[in-house]
Amino acid sequence: MVIPMQLSADGGAVITAVRDAEYTAEVTGGAIGSFSLTDVSVAYGRDRVIEGVTMDVPAHAVTALIGPSGCGKSTLLRCLNRMNDELGNVHVGGRITLDGQDIMGKAMDPVELRMRVGQVFQRPNPFPMSIFDNVAYGPRTQGIRSRTELSDLVEATLRSSALWDEVKNSLKKHAFELSGGQQQRLCIARALATRPEVILMDEPASALDPISTQQIEDTIAALKSSVTIVIVTHNMQQAARISDKTAFMLRESLEAPAFLVEMGDTKRMFTNPEDTRTESYITGRFG
Amino acid sequence: MRGLIYACGWLAIIILGAIAAFLIHNSVRAIQEAGIGTMLSTTAWYPTSSPGKFGLLPLIVGSLYVTGVALLVSVPVGVGAAVFISEFSGRRVKDVMKTIIEFMAAVPSVVYGLIGVAVLIPLVKDIFALDSGMTALTGGVVLGIMSIPTVITISEDALHAVPADLRRGSAALGNTRWQTTYKVTLPAAGSGIFAASMLGLGRAIGETMAVLMLTGNAAVMPASVLESVRTMTGTIAAEMGEVVQGGLHYSVLFAVGLVLFIITFAINLAADLVLERQRKRWRR
Repeated sequence: MVIPMQLSADGGAVITAVRDAEYTAEVTGGAIGSFSLTDVSVAYGRDRVIEGVTMDVPAHAVTALIGPSGCGKSTLLRCLNRMNDELGNVHVGGRITLDGQDIMGKAMDPVELRMRVGQVFQRPNPFPMSIFDNVAYGPRTQGIRSRTELSDLVEATLRSSALWDEVKNSLKKHAFELSGGQQQRLCIARALATRPEVILMDEPASALDPISTQQIEDTIAALKSSVTIVIVTHNMQQAARISDKTAFMLRESLEAPAFLVEMGDTKRMFTNPEDTRTESYITGRFG
Repeated sequence: MRGLIYACGWLAIIILGAIAAFLIHNSVRAIQEAGIGTMLSTTAWYPTSSPGKFGLLPLIVGSLYVTGVALLVSVPVGVGAAVFISEFSGRRVKDVMKTIIEFMAAVPSVVYGLIGVAVLIPLVKDIFALDSGMTALTGGVVLGIMSIPTVITISEDALHAVPADLRRGSAALGNTRWQTTYKVTLPAAGSGIFAASMLGLGRAIGETMAVLMLTGNAAVMPASVLESVRTMTGTIAAEMGEVVQGGLHYSVLFAVGLVLFIITFAINLAADLVLERQRKRWRR
Protein backbone atom coordinates (compact mmCIF):
# COMPACT_ATOMS: atom_id res chain seq x y z
CA MET A 1 0.00 0.00 0.00
CA VAL A 2 1.26 3.44 -0.91
CA ILE A 3 1.08 5.74 2.01
CA PRO A 4 1.23 9.50 1.91
CA MET A 5 4.28 9.84 4.10
CA GLN A 6 6.34 7.73 1.76
CA LEU A 7 5.11 9.78 -1.12
CA SER A 8 6.36 12.95 0.48
CA ALA A 9 9.81 11.44 0.72
CA ASP A 10 10.11 10.77 -2.99
CA GLY A 11 7.33 12.95 -4.34
CA GLY A 12 9.51 15.97 -5.05
CA ALA A 13 7.70 18.85 -3.42
CA VAL A 14 8.86 19.55 0.07
CA ILE A 15 6.12 20.90 2.26
CA THR A 16 7.13 23.21 5.06
CA ALA A 17 4.79 21.47 7.46
CA VAL A 18 6.36 18.10 6.83
CA ARG A 19 9.87 19.47 7.10
CA ASP A 20 9.04 21.07 10.43
CA ALA A 21 7.55 17.81 11.59
CA GLU A 22 10.69 15.92 10.66
CA TYR A 23 12.75 18.47 12.49
CA THR A 24 10.64 18.19 15.63
CA ALA A 25 10.62 14.42 15.25
CA GLU A 26 14.37 14.44 15.86
CA VAL A 27 13.72 16.33 19.05
CA THR A 28 10.96 14.02 20.22
CA GLY A 29 12.62 10.79 19.26
CA GLY A 30 11.37 9.79 15.85
CA ALA A 31 7.65 9.39 16.20
CA ILE A 32 5.74 12.04 14.26
CA GLY A 33 2.24 13.00 15.28
CA SER A 34 2.07 12.65 19.04
CA PHE A 35 0.04 15.05 21.15
CA SER A 36 0.62 15.96 24.73
CA LEU A 37 -2.19 17.70 26.61
CA THR A 38 -1.60 19.34 29.96
CA ASP A 39 -4.48 20.63 32.09
CA VAL A 40 -6.57 21.51 29.04
CA SER A 41 -9.81 23.35 29.69
CA VAL A 42 -12.46 24.70 27.31
CA ALA A 43 -15.13 27.33 27.93
CA TYR A 44 -17.94 28.46 25.65
CA GLY A 45 -18.29 32.03 26.81
CA ARG A 46 -18.71 31.64 30.58
CA ASP A 47 -19.78 28.02 30.39
CA ARG A 48 -16.84 25.81 31.33
CA VAL A 49 -17.38 22.59 29.42
CA ILE A 50 -14.07 20.78 29.87
CA GLU A 51 -11.51 21.07 32.63
CA GLY A 52 -8.23 19.54 33.64
CA VAL A 53 -7.64 17.12 30.80
CA THR A 54 -4.09 15.81 30.85
CA MET A 55 -3.23 13.03 28.45
CA ASP A 56 -0.72 11.82 25.90
CA VAL A 57 -1.81 10.76 22.43
CA PRO A 58 0.80 8.37 21.03
CA ALA A 59 2.00 8.60 17.46
CA HIS A 60 1.01 6.03 14.83
CA ALA A 61 -1.77 4.54 16.91
CA VAL A 62 -5.52 4.86 17.12
CA THR A 63 -6.77 6.72 20.18
CA ALA A 64 -10.50 6.57 20.86
CA LEU A 65 -12.35 9.24 22.83
CA ILE A 66 -15.47 7.75 24.38
CA GLY A 67 -18.15 8.98 26.75
CA PRO A 68 -21.82 9.88 26.89
CA SER A 69 -23.34 12.54 24.64
CA GLY A 70 -22.42 16.07 25.64
CA CYS A 71 -19.27 15.08 27.53
CA GLY A 72 -17.06 17.26 25.35
CA LYS A 73 -15.36 14.59 23.22
CA SER A 74 -15.86 16.52 19.99
CA THR A 75 -14.91 19.79 21.66
CA LEU A 76 -11.66 18.26 22.91
CA LEU A 77 -11.02 16.82 19.46
CA ARG A 78 -11.43 20.27 17.90
CA CYS A 79 -8.76 21.63 20.26
CA LEU A 80 -6.23 19.46 18.46
CA ASN A 81 -6.53 21.31 15.15
CA ARG A 82 -7.82 24.55 16.65
CA MET A 83 -11.13 24.27 14.87
CA ASN A 84 -12.68 25.75 18.00
CA ASP A 85 -11.17 29.03 16.78
CA GLU A 86 -13.70 28.95 13.95
CA LEU A 87 -16.68 28.81 16.30
CA GLY A 88 -15.93 32.08 18.07
CA ASN A 89 -16.31 32.82 21.78
CA VAL A 90 -14.50 29.61 22.70
CA HIS A 91 -11.63 29.81 25.12
CA VAL A 92 -9.13 26.99 25.37
CA GLY A 93 -6.74 26.90 28.34
CA GLY A 94 -3.83 24.71 29.35
CA ARG A 95 -1.11 23.47 27.04
CA ILE A 96 -1.25 21.26 23.96
CA THR A 97 1.85 20.25 22.07
CA LEU A 98 2.23 18.39 18.80
CA ASP A 99 5.61 16.67 18.64
CA GLY A 100 6.77 18.93 21.41
CA GLN A 101 5.70 22.12 19.67
CA ASP A 102 3.10 24.33 21.34
CA ILE A 103 0.07 24.54 19.03
CA MET A 104 -1.98 27.06 20.97
CA GLY A 105 0.43 29.95 21.06
CA LYS A 106 0.71 32.80 18.60
CA ALA A 107 3.74 31.15 17.03
CA MET A 108 1.51 28.42 15.55
CA ASP A 109 -0.47 29.42 12.51
CA PRO A 110 -3.77 27.48 12.64
CA VAL A 111 -3.72 27.21 8.85
CA GLU A 112 -0.37 25.43 8.98
CA LEU A 113 -1.48 23.31 11.93
CA ARG A 114 -4.51 22.07 10.00
CA MET A 115 -2.32 20.86 7.16
CA ARG A 116 -0.53 18.71 9.72
CA VAL A 117 -3.68 17.69 11.57
CA GLY A 118 -6.49 16.73 9.21
CA GLN A 119 -10.09 16.16 10.16
CA VAL A 120 -12.91 13.90 9.01
CA PHE A 121 -16.37 15.02 10.04
CA GLN A 122 -19.43 13.24 11.35
CA ARG A 123 -21.39 13.60 8.14
CA PRO A 124 -19.58 13.23 4.83
CA ASN A 125 -18.97 16.75 3.51
CA PRO A 126 -17.42 16.47 0.05
CA PHE A 127 -17.11 19.77 -1.80
CA PRO A 128 -19.45 20.32 -4.75
CA MET A 129 -16.79 19.45 -7.34
CA SER A 130 -15.30 16.38 -8.97
CA ILE A 131 -13.78 13.46 -7.04
CA PHE A 132 -10.33 14.45 -8.29
CA ASP A 133 -10.74 18.10 -7.33
CA ASN A 134 -11.95 17.12 -3.88
CA VAL A 135 -8.79 15.17 -3.15
CA ALA A 136 -6.54 17.72 -4.86
CA TYR A 137 -8.13 20.55 -2.86
CA GLY A 138 -5.69 20.50 0.05
CA PRO A 139 -2.54 19.99 -2.03
CA ARG A 140 -3.58 22.86 -4.30
CA THR A 141 -3.90 25.05 -1.21
CA GLN A 142 -0.34 24.03 -0.40
CA GLY A 143 0.71 25.31 -3.80
CA ILE A 144 1.13 22.04 -5.70
CA ARG A 145 0.27 22.76 -9.33
CA SER A 146 1.95 20.01 -11.34
CA ARG A 147 -0.69 17.82 -12.94
CA THR A 148 1.31 14.61 -12.66
CA GLU A 149 2.20 15.25 -9.07
CA LEU A 150 -1.45 15.90 -8.24
CA SER A 151 -2.58 12.75 -10.07
CA ASP A 152 -0.02 10.64 -8.21
CA LEU A 153 -1.12 12.13 -4.92
CA VAL A 154 -4.81 11.61 -5.69
CA GLU A 155 -4.22 7.99 -6.63
CA ALA A 156 -2.07 7.30 -3.57
CA THR A 157 -4.53 8.81 -1.13
CA LEU A 158 -7.57 7.19 -2.75
CA ARG A 159 -5.76 3.86 -2.45
CA SER A 160 -5.04 4.59 1.21
CA SER A 161 -8.71 5.23 1.88
CA ALA A 162 -9.68 2.09 -0.08
CA LEU A 163 -11.73 4.00 -2.63
CA TRP A 164 -9.41 3.84 -5.64
CA ASP A 165 -10.78 0.66 -7.22
CA GLU A 166 -14.32 2.01 -7.11
CA VAL A 167 -13.60 5.42 -8.64
CA LYS A 168 -10.43 5.07 -10.73
CA ASN A 169 -12.39 5.29 -13.97
CA SER A 170 -14.63 8.13 -12.88
CA LEU A 171 -12.39 10.68 -11.20
CA LYS A 172 -14.13 13.47 -13.06
CA LYS A 173 -17.52 12.48 -11.69
CA HIS A 174 -19.20 14.85 -9.28
CA ALA A 175 -18.53 13.83 -5.69
CA PHE A 176 -22.24 14.05 -4.85
CA GLU A 177 -22.90 11.04 -7.08
CA LEU A 178 -21.04 8.77 -4.66
CA SER A 179 -22.82 6.84 -1.91
CA GLY A 180 -22.58 8.03 1.70
CA GLY A 181 -19.88 5.52 2.56
CA GLN A 182 -17.89 6.36 -0.54
CA GLN A 183 -18.23 10.05 0.21
CA GLN A 184 -16.83 9.51 3.69
CA ARG A 185 -13.86 7.56 2.30
CA LEU A 186 -13.40 10.41 -0.18
CA CYS A 187 -13.27 12.79 2.78
CA ILE A 188 -10.62 10.59 4.39
CA ALA A 189 -8.61 10.67 1.16
CA ARG A 190 -9.05 14.43 1.04
CA ALA A 191 -7.72 14.74 4.59
CA LEU A 192 -4.78 12.44 3.76
CA ALA A 193 -3.85 14.43 0.68
CA THR A 194 -2.22 17.24 2.65
CA ARG A 195 0.07 14.52 4.06
CA PRO A 196 -0.88 15.16 7.68
CA GLU A 197 0.73 13.63 10.73
CA VAL A 198 -2.59 13.21 12.46
CA ILE A 199 -6.17 12.66 11.36
CA LEU A 200 -9.00 13.56 13.69
CA MET A 201 -12.26 11.70 13.16
CA ASP A 202 -15.49 12.85 14.76
CA GLU A 203 -17.82 9.84 14.71
CA PRO A 204 -16.91 9.18 11.08
CA ALA A 205 -19.20 6.20 10.69
CA SER A 206 -22.24 7.34 12.64
CA ALA A 207 -24.15 8.36 9.51
CA LEU A 208 -23.26 5.20 7.59
CA ASP A 209 -24.66 1.71 7.10
CA PRO A 210 -22.89 -1.36 8.62
CA ILE A 211 -20.99 -2.30 5.46
CA SER A 212 -19.70 1.22 4.93
CA THR A 213 -18.81 1.36 8.62
CA GLN A 214 -16.80 -1.83 8.22
CA GLN A 215 -14.92 -0.33 5.26
CA ILE A 216 -14.13 2.83 7.23
CA GLU A 217 -12.83 0.73 10.12
CA ASP A 218 -10.64 -1.31 7.78
CA THR A 219 -9.30 1.92 6.33
CA ILE A 220 -8.47 3.21 9.81
CA ALA A 221 -6.65 -0.01 10.66
CA ALA A 222 -4.58 0.25 7.50
CA LEU A 223 -3.77 3.91 8.02
CA LYS A 224 -2.36 3.83 11.52
CA SER A 225 1.05 2.65 10.40
CA SER A 226 1.53 5.99 8.67
CA VAL A 227 -0.58 8.47 10.56
CA THR A 228 -1.82 9.08 14.08
CA ILE A 229 -5.59 8.76 14.41
CA VAL A 230 -7.77 10.26 17.12
CA ILE A 231 -11.37 9.14 16.83
CA VAL A 232 -14.50 10.16 18.72
CA THR A 233 -17.05 7.41 18.82
CA HIS A 234 -20.32 6.58 20.53
CA ASN A 235 -19.98 2.97 19.60
CA MET A 236 -18.26 0.89 22.34
CA GLN A 237 -17.68 -2.08 20.06
CA GLN A 238 -16.10 0.19 17.49
CA ALA A 239 -13.75 1.68 20.06
CA ALA A 240 -12.82 -1.82 21.26
CA ARG A 241 -12.27 -3.08 17.70
CA ILE A 242 -10.17 -0.33 16.20
CA SER A 243 -8.36 1.60 18.91
CA ASP A 244 -5.08 1.04 20.72
CA LYS A 245 -5.73 3.59 23.45
CA THR A 246 -9.05 4.63 24.90
CA ALA A 247 -9.84 7.78 26.83
CA PHE A 248 -13.11 7.96 28.76
CA MET A 249 -14.62 11.39 29.37
CA LEU A 250 -17.58 12.27 31.53
CA ARG A 251 -19.67 15.29 32.41
CA GLU A 252 -21.53 14.39 35.56
CA SER A 253 -23.81 17.42 35.66
CA LEU A 254 -24.50 20.50 33.57
CA GLU A 255 -23.11 22.68 36.37
CA ALA A 256 -19.71 21.01 36.37
CA PRO A 257 -17.36 20.79 33.41
CA ALA A 258 -16.47 17.47 31.80
CA PHE A 259 -13.23 15.77 32.71
CA LEU A 260 -11.09 12.81 31.73
CA VAL A 261 -12.00 9.83 33.92
CA GLU A 262 -9.19 7.61 32.76
CA MET A 263 -7.12 6.69 29.76
CA GLY A 264 -5.20 3.56 28.96
CA ASP A 265 -4.63 0.66 26.60
CA THR A 266 -7.93 -0.24 25.01
CA LYS A 267 -7.64 -3.87 26.00
CA ARG A 268 -7.19 -3.01 29.65
CA MET A 269 -9.87 -0.31 29.60
CA PHE A 270 -12.43 -2.77 28.31
CA THR A 271 -11.43 -5.72 30.49
CA ASN A 272 -10.12 -4.21 33.69
CA PRO A 273 -10.97 -0.50 34.06
CA GLU A 274 -9.61 1.29 37.09
CA ASP A 275 -12.61 3.51 37.65
CA THR A 276 -16.06 2.09 38.42
CA ARG A 277 -17.65 4.81 36.26
CA THR A 278 -15.69 3.55 33.27
CA GLU A 279 -16.89 0.06 33.97
CA SER A 280 -20.51 1.18 34.27
CA TYR A 281 -20.28 3.04 30.99
CA ILE A 282 -18.64 0.36 28.88
CA THR A 283 -20.94 -2.32 30.21
CA GLY A 284 -23.82 -0.12 29.15
CA ARG A 285 -25.26 0.88 32.49
CA PHE A 286 -25.54 4.55 31.47
CA GLY A 287 -24.89 6.88 28.55
CA MET B 1 -63.69 29.17 4.34
CA ARG B 2 -61.53 26.60 2.67
CA GLY B 3 -62.94 27.64 -0.68
CA LEU B 4 -61.99 31.24 0.06
CA ILE B 5 -58.38 30.32 0.81
CA TYR B 6 -58.21 28.27 -2.38
CA ALA B 7 -59.66 31.20 -4.32
CA CYS B 8 -56.98 33.53 -2.92
CA GLY B 9 -54.33 31.09 -4.01
CA TRP B 10 -55.67 30.80 -7.51
CA LEU B 11 -56.28 34.54 -7.74
CA ALA B 12 -52.56 35.24 -8.22
CA ILE B 13 -52.46 32.91 -11.21
CA ILE B 14 -55.70 34.31 -12.60
CA ILE B 15 -54.42 37.88 -12.31
CA LEU B 16 -51.19 36.96 -14.11
CA GLY B 17 -53.16 35.22 -16.86
CA ALA B 18 -55.54 38.17 -17.11
CA ILE B 19 -52.65 40.62 -17.49
CA ALA B 20 -51.20 38.55 -20.32
CA ALA B 21 -54.60 38.25 -22.00
CA PHE B 22 -55.26 41.97 -21.58
CA LEU B 23 -51.89 42.92 -23.08
CA ILE B 24 -52.36 40.57 -26.00
CA HIS B 25 -55.93 41.73 -26.62
CA ASN B 26 -54.92 45.37 -26.74
CA SER B 27 -51.84 44.64 -28.85
CA VAL B 28 -53.83 42.91 -31.60
CA ARG B 29 -54.39 46.06 -33.59
CA ALA B 30 -50.71 46.97 -33.46
CA ILE B 31 -49.69 43.48 -34.47
CA GLN B 32 -52.10 43.52 -37.43
CA GLU B 33 -51.56 47.07 -38.68
CA ALA B 34 -47.97 47.86 -37.75
CA GLY B 35 -46.77 44.25 -37.97
CA ILE B 36 -44.63 42.35 -35.46
CA GLY B 37 -41.73 42.02 -37.88
CA THR B 38 -41.72 45.73 -38.69
CA MET B 39 -41.97 46.73 -35.05
CA LEU B 40 -39.15 44.47 -33.92
CA SER B 41 -36.78 45.20 -36.81
CA THR B 42 -37.05 48.90 -37.67
CA THR B 43 -35.40 51.75 -35.85
CA ALA B 44 -37.68 54.69 -36.52
CA TRP B 45 -39.98 55.63 -33.66
CA TYR B 46 -42.24 58.48 -34.89
CA PRO B 47 -45.59 57.55 -33.41
CA THR B 48 -47.22 60.91 -34.12
CA SER B 49 -46.19 61.41 -37.73
CA SER B 50 -48.64 60.29 -40.38
CA PRO B 51 -48.51 57.52 -41.03
CA GLY B 52 -46.87 56.75 -37.67
CA LYS B 53 -43.64 54.80 -37.61
CA PHE B 54 -43.42 52.23 -34.89
CA GLY B 55 -39.92 50.77 -34.83
CA LEU B 56 -39.42 49.41 -31.30
CA LEU B 57 -35.73 48.65 -31.72
CA PRO B 58 -34.42 51.94 -30.27
CA LEU B 59 -36.59 51.40 -27.19
CA ILE B 60 -35.51 47.79 -26.74
CA VAL B 61 -31.84 48.68 -27.23
CA GLY B 62 -32.29 51.63 -24.87
CA SER B 63 -33.65 49.31 -22.20
CA LEU B 64 -30.82 46.83 -22.78
CA TYR B 65 -28.15 49.54 -22.49
CA VAL B 66 -29.60 50.86 -19.28
CA THR B 67 -30.08 47.43 -17.70
CA GLY B 68 -26.64 46.32 -18.91
CA VAL B 69 -25.03 49.21 -17.06
CA ALA B 70 -27.28 48.50 -14.07
CA LEU B 71 -26.09 44.89 -14.01
CA LEU B 72 -22.44 45.97 -14.09
CA VAL B 73 -23.12 48.07 -11.01
CA SER B 74 -25.49 45.84 -9.04
CA VAL B 75 -23.85 42.43 -9.44
CA PRO B 76 -20.29 43.17 -8.25
CA VAL B 77 -21.44 45.44 -5.44
CA GLY B 78 -24.38 43.23 -4.47
CA VAL B 79 -22.46 39.96 -4.47
CA GLY B 80 -19.54 41.58 -2.67
CA ALA B 81 -21.86 42.89 0.03
CA ALA B 82 -23.57 39.51 0.33
CA VAL B 83 -20.21 37.78 0.79
CA PHE B 84 -19.24 40.29 3.46
CA ILE B 85 -22.53 39.89 5.32
CA SER B 86 -22.66 36.12 5.06
CA GLU B 87 -19.01 35.16 5.49
CA PHE B 88 -17.10 37.90 7.25
CA SER B 89 -19.35 40.01 9.47
CA GLY B 90 -20.35 39.31 13.04
CA ARG B 91 -23.95 38.83 14.03
CA ARG B 92 -24.50 42.42 15.11
CA VAL B 93 -23.06 43.94 11.94
CA LYS B 94 -25.10 41.46 9.94
CA ASP B 95 -28.37 42.52 11.59
CA VAL B 96 -27.61 46.21 11.08
CA MET B 97 -26.66 45.65 7.44
CA LYS B 98 -29.80 43.66 6.71
CA THR B 99 -31.99 46.39 8.19
CA ILE B 100 -30.23 49.06 6.15
CA ILE B 101 -30.67 47.01 3.00
CA GLU B 102 -34.39 46.69 3.68
CA PHE B 103 -34.56 50.48 4.01
CA MET B 104 -32.68 50.80 0.76
CA ALA B 105 -35.26 48.65 -0.98
CA ALA B 106 -38.10 50.68 0.49
CA VAL B 107 -36.95 54.06 -0.82
CA PRO B 108 -39.33 55.12 -3.63
CA SER B 109 -37.75 55.08 -7.05
CA VAL B 110 -38.62 58.73 -7.67
CA VAL B 111 -36.31 59.63 -4.78
CA TYR B 112 -33.47 57.73 -6.43
CA GLY B 113 -34.38 59.66 -9.56
CA LEU B 114 -34.14 62.98 -7.73
CA ILE B 115 -30.73 62.12 -6.36
CA GLY B 116 -29.67 61.07 -9.83
CA VAL B 117 -30.82 64.40 -11.27
CA ALA B 118 -29.08 66.42 -8.57
CA VAL B 119 -25.82 64.47 -8.34
CA LEU B 120 -25.22 62.07 -11.18
CA ILE B 121 -26.36 64.07 -14.21
CA PRO B 122 -23.89 66.94 -13.62
CA LEU B 123 -21.21 64.42 -12.65
CA VAL B 124 -21.55 62.39 -15.86
CA LYS B 125 -21.66 65.60 -17.90
CA ASP B 126 -18.39 66.82 -16.39
CA ILE B 127 -16.50 63.53 -16.36
CA PHE B 128 -17.19 62.66 -19.99
CA ALA B 129 -17.38 66.28 -21.20
CA LEU B 130 -20.84 65.82 -22.70
CA ASP B 131 -23.45 68.37 -23.74
CA SER B 132 -25.97 66.63 -21.53
CA GLY B 133 -25.58 64.37 -18.54
CA MET B 134 -28.80 62.54 -19.36
CA THR B 135 -27.47 59.27 -20.72
CA ALA B 136 -28.01 55.52 -20.59
CA LEU B 137 -25.03 55.42 -18.23
CA THR B 138 -26.67 57.83 -15.79
CA GLY B 139 -29.93 55.90 -15.72
CA GLY B 140 -28.10 52.57 -15.56
CA VAL B 141 -25.96 53.51 -12.58
CA VAL B 142 -28.99 54.67 -10.60
CA LEU B 143 -30.96 51.55 -11.61
CA GLY B 144 -27.99 49.45 -10.58
CA ILE B 145 -27.96 51.07 -7.15
CA MET B 146 -31.70 50.47 -6.89
CA SER B 147 -31.39 46.78 -7.67
CA ILE B 148 -28.50 46.20 -5.24
CA PRO B 149 -30.86 45.23 -2.37
CA THR B 150 -32.41 42.49 -4.51
CA VAL B 151 -29.01 41.11 -5.49
CA ILE B 152 -27.72 41.23 -1.90
CA THR B 153 -30.77 39.57 -0.37
CA ILE B 154 -30.97 36.66 -2.81
CA SER B 155 -27.18 36.14 -2.95
CA GLU B 156 -27.00 36.16 0.83
CA ASP B 157 -29.74 33.52 0.97
CA ALA B 158 -27.77 31.40 -1.49
CA LEU B 159 -24.56 31.72 0.52
CA HIS B 160 -26.42 31.02 3.74
CA ALA B 161 -27.82 27.81 2.21
CA VAL B 162 -24.31 26.41 1.68
CA PRO B 163 -23.84 23.90 4.53
CA ALA B 164 -21.51 25.03 7.32
CA ASP B 165 -19.86 21.59 7.10
CA LEU B 166 -18.36 22.55 3.74
CA ARG B 167 -16.74 25.66 5.20
CA ARG B 168 -15.41 23.65 8.15
CA GLY B 169 -14.13 20.97 5.79
CA SER B 170 -12.22 23.59 3.87
CA ALA B 171 -10.90 25.26 7.03
CA ALA B 172 -9.80 21.86 8.34
CA LEU B 173 -7.68 21.49 5.19
CA GLY B 174 -5.72 24.58 6.08
CA ASN B 175 -7.62 27.20 4.11
CA THR B 176 -8.14 30.73 5.30
CA ARG B 177 -11.67 32.06 5.41
CA TRP B 178 -11.08 34.02 2.23
CA GLN B 179 -9.72 30.95 0.37
CA THR B 180 -12.71 28.96 1.56
CA THR B 181 -15.06 31.66 0.32
CA TYR B 182 -13.76 31.84 -3.21
CA LYS B 183 -12.88 28.18 -3.65
CA VAL B 184 -15.88 26.49 -2.03
CA THR B 185 -18.65 28.74 -0.81
CA LEU B 186 -19.02 31.02 -3.83
CA PRO B 187 -18.97 28.21 -6.42
CA ALA B 188 -21.41 26.21 -4.29
CA ALA B 189 -23.77 29.19 -4.20
CA GLY B 190 -23.12 29.95 -7.88
CA SER B 191 -26.54 29.17 -9.23
CA GLY B 192 -28.23 31.17 -6.48
CA ILE B 193 -25.99 34.13 -7.21
CA PHE B 194 -26.85 33.81 -10.89
CA ALA B 195 -30.53 33.84 -9.96
CA ALA B 196 -29.93 36.91 -7.78
CA SER B 197 -28.39 38.70 -10.75
CA MET B 198 -31.34 37.73 -12.91
CA LEU B 199 -33.86 39.00 -10.39
CA GLY B 200 -31.87 42.21 -10.04
CA LEU B 201 -32.01 42.47 -13.82
CA GLY B 202 -35.77 41.93 -13.75
CA ARG B 203 -36.08 44.73 -11.21
CA ALA B 204 -33.96 47.06 -13.35
CA ILE B 205 -35.63 46.37 -16.67
CA GLY B 206 -39.09 47.05 -15.29
CA GLU B 207 -38.19 50.27 -13.49
CA THR B 208 -39.81 53.38 -14.96
CA MET B 209 -39.69 56.56 -12.93
CA ALA B 210 -35.95 56.89 -12.36
CA VAL B 211 -35.05 56.17 -15.99
CA LEU B 212 -37.66 58.60 -17.19
CA MET B 213 -36.00 61.30 -15.12
CA LEU B 214 -32.42 60.43 -16.01
CA THR B 215 -31.95 59.07 -19.52
CA GLY B 216 -33.08 62.05 -21.60
CA ASN B 217 -35.69 59.98 -23.47
CA ALA B 218 -34.48 60.44 -27.04
CA ALA B 219 -36.03 57.60 -29.02
CA VAL B 220 -33.13 57.10 -31.40
CA MET B 221 -30.69 54.22 -31.75
CA PRO B 222 -27.88 55.00 -29.29
CA ALA B 223 -24.30 54.50 -30.44
CA SER B 224 -22.95 54.20 -26.90
CA VAL B 225 -24.07 54.34 -23.29
CA LEU B 226 -22.99 57.98 -23.24
CA GLU B 227 -25.97 58.94 -25.40
CA SER B 228 -29.50 59.67 -24.42
CA VAL B 229 -31.86 56.70 -24.67
CA ARG B 230 -35.53 56.01 -24.21
CA THR B 231 -36.49 52.77 -22.51
CA MET B 232 -39.60 50.69 -23.11
CA THR B 233 -40.99 51.53 -19.70
CA GLY B 234 -40.24 55.22 -20.12
CA THR B 235 -42.01 55.26 -23.49
CA ILE B 236 -45.19 53.79 -22.11
CA ALA B 237 -45.25 56.14 -19.14
CA ALA B 238 -44.46 59.24 -21.17
CA GLU B 239 -46.80 58.66 -24.11
CA MET B 240 -49.78 56.87 -22.66
CA GLY B 241 -51.38 60.14 -21.51
CA GLU B 242 -51.37 61.63 -24.99
CA VAL B 243 -52.73 58.85 -27.18
CA VAL B 244 -56.21 58.31 -28.57
CA GLN B 245 -57.91 55.48 -26.70
CA GLY B 246 -58.16 52.45 -28.95
CA GLY B 247 -55.97 54.07 -31.63
CA LEU B 248 -52.94 52.46 -33.30
CA HIS B 249 -50.40 54.31 -31.15
CA TYR B 250 -52.36 53.21 -28.09
CA SER B 251 -52.21 49.60 -29.26
CA VAL B 252 -48.50 49.82 -30.05
CA LEU B 253 -47.80 50.95 -26.49
CA PHE B 254 -49.56 47.80 -25.31
CA ALA B 255 -47.34 45.81 -27.64
CA VAL B 256 -44.33 47.45 -25.96
CA GLY B 257 -45.83 46.39 -22.65
CA LEU B 258 -46.23 42.87 -23.98
CA VAL B 259 -42.57 42.71 -25.02
CA LEU B 260 -41.59 43.92 -21.57
CA PHE B 261 -43.89 41.40 -19.93
CA ILE B 262 -42.39 38.53 -21.93
CA ILE B 263 -38.80 39.61 -21.14
CA THR B 264 -39.40 39.96 -17.39
CA PHE B 265 -41.43 36.76 -17.28
CA ALA B 266 -38.62 34.84 -18.98
CA ILE B 267 -35.98 36.33 -16.67
CA ASN B 268 -37.93 35.51 -13.53
CA LEU B 269 -38.73 32.02 -14.75
CA ALA B 270 -35.07 31.33 -15.50
CA ALA B 271 -34.05 32.62 -12.09
CA ASP B 272 -36.69 30.49 -10.37
CA LEU B 273 -35.64 27.34 -12.20
CA VAL B 274 -32.03 27.90 -11.21
CA LEU B 275 -32.97 28.57 -7.58
CA GLU B 276 -35.10 25.44 -7.45
CA ARG B 277 -32.22 23.36 -8.79
CA GLN B 278 -29.97 24.75 -6.09
CA ARG B 279 -32.52 23.98 -3.38
CA LYS B 280 -32.78 20.37 -4.55
CA ARG B 281 -29.02 20.02 -4.49
CA TRP B 282 -28.64 20.78 -0.79
CA ARG B 283 -31.67 18.76 0.27
CA ARG B 284 -29.93 15.45 -0.33
